[in-house]
Amino acid sequence: MRIELQKRPVPSALFAVLSPFIALGLTLVAGAILFMALGKNPFDALYAFFIEPLTEMWSIHELTVKAAPLILIAVGLSVCYRSNNWNIGAEGQFIMGGILGSLVPILMPGFQSWLTLPLMLLLGMVGGAAWGAIPAFLKTRFNTNEILTSLMLVYTAQLFLDWLARGVLRDPNGNNFPGSIRFPQAARLPEILPSQGSAHYGLLLAILAALMVWFMLRFTLNGFEVRVLGANPRAGRFAGFSQTRMTFFAFLLSGALAGLAGIAEVSGAIGQLRETISPGYGFTAIIVAFLGRLSPLGAIAAGFMLALTYLGGEAAQMTLGISDKVGRVFQGLLLFFVLGCDTLITYRVRLVWRKAAAGAGGQA
Amino acid sequence: MDIAQNILLTIMTAATPLLIAAIGELVVERSGVLNLGVEGMMVIGAVCGFAATLLTGSPWLGMLAAIVAGALISLLFGVLTLSLAANQVATGLSLTLLGLGLSGMIGESFVGSAGIKLPSLSIPGLSEIPLVGRLVFGQDPIFYLSLLLTFGVAWFLFRTRAGLTLRAIGDNHASAHALGIDVIRIRYLAVMFGGACAGLAGAHLSLVYTPQWVENMTAGRGWIALALVVFASWRPWRVLGGAYLFGAVSIGQLHAQALGIGVPSQFLSALPYLATVVVLVIISRDRRLTLMNTPASLGQPFVPDR
Repeated sequence: MRIELQKRPVPSALFAVLSPFIALGLTLVAGAILFMALGKNPFDALYAFFIEPLTEMWSIHELTVKAAPLILIAVGLSVCYRSNNWNIGAEGQFIMGGILGSLVPILMPGFQSWLTLPLMLLLGMVGGAAWGAIPAFLKTRFNTNEILTSLMLVYTAQLFLDWLARGVLRDPNGNNFPGSIRFPQAARLPEILPSQGSAHYGLLLAILAALMVWFMLRFTLNGFEVRVLGANPRAGRFAGFSQTRMTFFAFLLSGALAGLAGIAEVSGAIGQLRETISPGYGFTAIIVAFLGRLSPLGAIAAGFMLALTYLGGEAAQMTLGISDKVGRVFQGLLLFFVLGCDTLITYRVRLVWRKAAAGAGGQA
Repeated sequence: MDIAQNILLTIMTAATPLLIAAIGELVVERSGVLNLGVEGMMVIGAVCGFAATLLTGSPWLGMLAAIVAGALISLLFGVLTLSLAANQVATGLSLTLLGLGLSGMIGESFVGSAGIKLPSLSIPGLSEIPLVGRLVFGQDPIFYLSLLLTFGVAWFLFRTRAGLTLRAIGDNHASAHALGIDVIRIRYLAVMFGGACAGLAGAHLSLVYTPQWVENMTAGRGWIALALVVFASWRPWRVLGGAYLFGAVSIGQLHAQALGIGVPSQFLSALPYLATVVVLVIISRDRRLTLMNTPASLGQPFVPDR
């Protein structure tokens, strides 16, 4: 058996809309099979995984806490991937943003005013953008593959954070536990509805960023450049658009957004700088970006979807005794199916049985 | 002088998984396919090798299971990128994410279990020769396999007709297709070979290097293997040199940590990753040279016309 692809004359608008949903459906089917293999009732398991987290107020709040960083990072990555800049080091940029922003409350605990938080968020963006600028510089100046350098910088950032949280930035009164002092109230990103749950204003930042980047891509010359250089670099060069400038733009923007997500996580959800501050948001956001069809608005919906896999993993562990790693498996499967289904947009797919296909002309 | 032998032994042991994974990826990339899922396939190999060893009691069966698991999971990548012409970069990433998740799930019940080590070669008399005895006659079986693989791949790529075909596909898939070569089929075989190699590399980690299962135990080695292929300009013997260089860096930083030279351990642990960046910069600085060495259709999807 083999799969034959036939190019459509024009990309299918129908499948462009449908493909993320088909992918979700296939992921659910694969999930059901996986749960059956683990000896669980697939319907109970899928309910616990995907529905139960949405039935209680506090867990909906948790959902937004997890969705906010995913959306922020994915919005930046969408611009990167659209313009053919393969930044896969968002996790490192997230961490560096978290570190730089945290320096304000850790080094100046007395500085508590309305300026504290904006300064932290700004420094967070600067930290992420600076870390993102390294692969951009190496790519444009030395022609170095940005995939590998941005990823190597993730490991470096993780180790750097570990050193800071156990060493120089450790709380001197913390009984030798790793982690900085707890941030004062003025340095905490406030909760939106403190009486109901933990959702903080990071979500607002994420949606704002998504709207702004969407507007930029849709209505500005800069956005047009992103789309042209991504779709056809040659045409972009003839139009006088600079590939080098675009690479820096994409990496600085996505780095800044990842850094913002990092400091929002530290200052909103955690409240101190710890030796680890991310359950892999920077990598999961890659899936969010693709599931959202590399569109900032799509990233909002996709961000909530992937946030659900984090919560569902925890829920499945509590109610069914299944490893919470199942969440990670779902994330990986989802990306596979999304990429596979995207083929339907540009190609007609036919299954051909080898023997039956021996017709005129033969098949090569 | 025995210290020198011991240090060389540890360097070779650290380098072996890098070498095997990189040799596999080299064949894949020579056929024009960029599989960024090495880390994922490697970690799947590590967990399957470890699990199969504990379940059967035989590390040899464990090794076999790792190879098969690596090849099977690489098929997922193959179906998507070769049959469905999906984006290779994104698909490779998803293979890594899936592999890390899946291995964590499979391995959860094995965390903390004592593993069984693949027995090292031991030839009475020969293995006890001073200075070189254990280096030449006393290493683990996967080490010898890695040398055999390097030699085999170098011979296959540059001395056989099939190797020439594979390289032709990597340089120009459209022309190869026009000559009647089944591009997709050969790429499938190359991808599976790469998967099998990554699986074996993973098995080396969980059956030889540190005979246990720890989540994410590959710790970026799959990515370093990818960098090694670039570093080696897609040539097998240079991969060997690069792997030993990286083995030396990672063992060197471990020794420095043990000696306590006053540099924080995290900085030393970051050295292999930073070295990768530096080496990549040096090797890719010359744009013309890079273009000449890179398989020309690397990373581009191919849809046979009919």
